[in-house]
Amino acid sequence: MSVKTLKIDGVEIAIEEGATILQAAREAGVHIPTLCHLDGVSDVGACRLCLVEIEGNNRLLPACVTEVIEGMVITANNPRLKEYRRMIVEMLFSEGNHVCAVCVANGNCQLQDLAIELGMDHSRFPYRFPERDVDLSHEQFAIDHNRCVLCTRCVRVCDEIEGAHVWDVGFRGAAAKVITGLNQPWGEVDACTSCGKCVDACPTGAIFRKGATVAEMDRDRNKLQFLVTAREKKEWTR
Amino acid sequence: MDLAELQEIGEKQRTDRPSIRVRCCTAAGCLSSKSDAIKKSLDTAVKEAGLEKEVEVCSVGCMKFCGRGPLVEVDPVGKIYEMVTPENAPSIISAIKGGKATAIELDRNHPFFTRQKPIVLENIGKIDPEQIEEYIGVGGYQQLYQVINDLPPAEVIEEITKSGLRGRGGAGYPTGLKWATVAKMPPGQKYVVCNADEGDPGAFMDRAVLESDPHRVLEGMAIAGYAIGASEGFIYVRAEYPLAIERLETAIKQAKKYGILGSQIFESTFDFKINIRIGAGAFVCGEETALISSIEGGRGNPRPRPPYPAQEGLWGCPTLINNVETFANIAAILREGAEWYASIGTEKSKGTKVFALTGKVNNNGLIEVPMGITLREIVEEMGGGIPGGEVKAVQTGGPSGGCIPASLLDTTVDYESLARVGSMMGSGGMVVMDGATSMVEVARFYMEFCRGETCGKCVPCRAGTVQMYHTLTKLLKGEATETDLERLKAMCDMVKNTSLCGLGQSAPNPVISTLRYFPEEYLSLLKKESLNGKVAVSS
Repeated sequence: MSVKTLKIDGVEIAIEEGATILQAAREAGVHIPTLCHLDGVSDVGACRLCLVEIEGNNRLLPACVTEVIEGMVITANNPRLKEYRRMIVEMLFSEGNHVCAVCVANGNCQLQDLAIELGMDHSRFPYRFPERDVDLSHEQFAIDHNRCVLCTRCVRVCDEIEGAHVWDVGFRGAAAKVITGLNQPWGEVDACTSCGKCVDACPTGAIFRKGATVAEMDRDRNKLQFLVTAREKKEWTR
Repeated sequence: MDLAELQEIGEKQRTDRPSIRVRCCTAAGCLSSKSDAIKKSLDTAVKEAGLEKEVEVCSVGCMKFCGRGPLVEVDPVGKIYEMVTPENAPSIISAIKGGKATAIELDRNHPFFTRQKPIVLENIGKIDPEQIEEYIGVGGYQQLYQVINDLPPAEVIEEITKSGLRGRGGAGYPTGLKWATVAKMPPGQKYVVCNADEGDPGAFMDRAVLESDPHRVLEGMAIAGYAIGASEGFIYVRAEYPLAIERLETAIKQAKKYGILGSQIFESTFDFKINIRIGAGAFVCGEETALISSIEGGRGNPRPRPPYPAQEGLWGCPTLINNVETFANIAAILREGAEWYASIGTEKSKGTKVFALTGKVNNNGLIEVPMGITLREIVEEMGGGIPGGEVKAVQTGGPSGGCIPASLLDTTVDYESLARVGSMMGSGGMVVMDGATSMVEVARFYMEFCRGETCGKCVPCRAGTVQMYHTLTKLLKGEATETDLERLKAMCDMVKNTSLCGLGQSAPNPVISTLRYFPEEYLSLLKKESLNGKVAVSS
């Protein structure tokens, strides 16, 4: 196995052949933002947030799928890349219906983190307010397409780790969405093993465990009455 | 079958037929104007006149001058009639024996015909695409026979390299180099793929070639297979081309019957079979990695390159992907020699290019011109200019290309010159626009196309094209401000530089080129109060 030496944002690093620029950057302590990358599953280079400049190449290349070459000089962070990244995140925000205040992932969301990291305090692009649905047909989980950023992590984790391939992408362009089965309600897809890996893979609040949302809060008003009766009349059964 | 037998089939085809042939165009364009009824009417007229022994009516492919179709040609009299109807078809037959045809005759010496340099289109409109014997009759499959028997693969590739042929899909990658790369990959399963997913608005070159001379493409693919060491090929053709698919199927069947395709071609050790894959009609599938994914049965999504298909293509095997027109050039290059081919065209762009000349131009249709010809020669001489007006711009390269203004009509047609003026060769759509055309509308049209055709995989292309379309709409409604225009420019830059595949990377081109050459049209659409002291120019 041979080792390649390269430079990322001025930091010199030696890394084994076959590693990606993203791996090298992480080892060198250089931060490159990503959204569709998920450790453990294949990379697709779809979110375009990890694009970097490489000396001698006038194309921007995605760090997650580009292998290191000996002597590479990489710029992972500069005003140009930052501006592109901010535009990408702004476009994601205006593309879906991301209302953090009522989201299950509020405070624990990679899209939100990216917006903060890239200094996005508002979107310069008009919001599109698409009409998207929520699928609550699964017993334990649900998907709110309003919050989906189409990173396809759920698709890859279900196919490559669980081996069930419940998820895929349907339609194209602005109409593209992740689908379950052959675009059936999730609860009707026999292939689903209810393993919950997609929930863990989702970077936003799109796929979540049921019972976690504000609207689903279930208050048991009778419990108070039961306790009062139990104490006063010593009746401990409901 | 050996060469003598092959030539015998051709000879028989040439000598056994009646001396006069009436050719009727039955490519998709003329067929939509009922040219099948014209063919029937011609057949009846021949029978009624009792001329069956002397006159043969045959269906051929495209006769190029599509704007005047349906076309009928009488050979060897050398007359070609335009806008023929079934009613005036009998008069064409009687004209052979000295009568007068009621159909209008086209001038064969028109620059539209005389400026052409047919190589790819040499048989088009002359042979019946549904008869393999006709293709053999014009020397078809002889090059395949000869390379298999006399030319080692490396020499075939050398010949293609020397010819200077570049990919006719539009990007212009050297064909010989591509072949050599796949050939150098370790032996094993390899594939040849023909990209027939032509989808640019205004382009119909590939369709015409497939409908009119399918064997030519098959021969090119088989030669490529021999050269790179592949035994299987795929033609990826869009479902919107049913006639092309039908004729390809017929052609493959006929070639197999003669032992020209399949196992042990010409009784040699070379096997090559060709399969057809029908695409559902997604523009993104013209992108090679998306096309591969589609052939494999997956969603037509592109993936980042490298690895290039030459290294890892279909099912992970080395794969050669070329466009229809590229394959259609191969047999001619081998027949006439690399030097001959390299002597046509410019220093860096050799040979000819087929264009579908459409839009606001007097003569529209299919043209094959040597590289280095100017746009002015094409539009004004061959195209005959614009009906009652002046050229405003020429759009080349489809949604990936740009609009070239009238002031740059002297630009020569070659890969580099077109790129220099902000457009590209593309697969060969050429749309002429007149003074009444709003360039912002044109930009929006192409953006609308890309917005609908993006696969949605990467964010800049999926969301960027929608935002750009919105901004252009806002402009056209007179609701946009200077900030919107600045943002539009920023989006062009971002989508171009960050998209995953060629679709997104080139989607902003029509906007960029119209912004570059027609800025006043954009400015005049801005809200007046937003102009910040600048005066709106009315277009």
